[in-house]
Amino acid sequence: MESLPASFIGMGLAAAGLAGSGIGLGFMFGKAIEAFARQPGAEAQLSKYVWIGAAFVEAIALYGLVLAFIIMGKG
Amino acid sequence: MFLTATAISAEAAQAAAAAAPRMDPLHHFQVIRYVEIAPFGLDLFSISNSVLWMWISVAAVFAFFRYAMRQPALVPGRLQSIAEAAYLFIRGIVDENIGHGGKPFFPMVFSLFFFVLFCNWTGLIPASFTATSQLIVTATLALGIFFLSIFLGFYKHGLKFLGFFVPSGLPVLLLPLMVPIEIISFLARPVSLSVRLFANMTAGHTVLGVLFFFSATLPWIGSWLPFGFSVVFTAVEIFIGFIQAYIFTILTCVYINDSLHLHH
Repeated sequence: MESLPASFIGMGLAAAGLAGSGIGLGFMFGKAIEAFARQPGAEAQLSKYVWIGAAFVEAIALYGLVLAFIIMGKG
Repeated sequence: MFLTATAISAEAAQAAAAAAPRMDPLHHFQVIRYVEIAPFGLDLFSISNSVLWMWISVAAVFAFFRYAMRQPALVPGRLQSIAEAAYLFIRGIVDENIGHGGKPFFPMVFSLFFFVLFCNWTGLIPASFTATSQLIVTATLALGIFFLSIFLGFYKHGLKFLGFFVPSGLPVLLLPLMVPIEIISFLARPVSLSVRLFANMTAGHTVLGVLFFFSATLPWIGSWLPFGFSVVFTAVEIFIGFIQAYIFTILTCVYINDSLHLHH
């Protein structure tokens, strides 16, 4: 296969890892809202961990994006 | 991008460039050297736009705190309240994550947080440069923290620090499996710490660049949509810049705590 189209396909595949992060964020915020609904008093304490967790989950997706950029630089 | 430039033949590329402005969302991450200072062929002290914007953010932090605390009053004014809230915020992070013996690290954590935060935020000014969108900047910070934590561990505990890699309460049979995993996860710390910050900043500003390109080039009937979204996304970027600086400092405190207080 030509190297340029292959690198485009590779970039797409690397960026497809974002899907997993999307699932993770959905789970996390869903569970967080469930927790807030059950225990509204704990919202202030829990929301801190929600944002920290969100940043972690987002970062995982961005590793894929960085891989895509690396492939773009090589191609 | 240069990819497309090699793919399309020269005249077609010329025609395309003449017909439409090209999208280049990674253009604003280019490091431009203003003054080249490279003794012995090593490009160590060159003043680039990255260095310049790091200076500007450091100067902004310094000026803000000096101005806010120029006449410390018992009943704080508006700016002094912000400065004191910032102090208490970092103090809370250090107390919560390091606890006993964390006080000597407070100045380092404080300056680290505000350096990263202002580097993230000054990058949102149009025509500026995000220093934290360069992997070398974040990797230098992360490696500094990593080696500090190793040094602290050996300084405080001597060779007992190696017990950090042996999880307690585990059957001996599992140790050959668990110790390499612990070592690898320890070595992955500076990588994840630096790449997280770098990737967040790069990705966010790339998205902003794409949105600005669309709002500048689309006909008026469609351009308000990316423009409005870019306004929203700038607010998101301010929030992400804060969150990433916060995570960076929290993880720094966690790593220092791991070395200071051996065994969970």
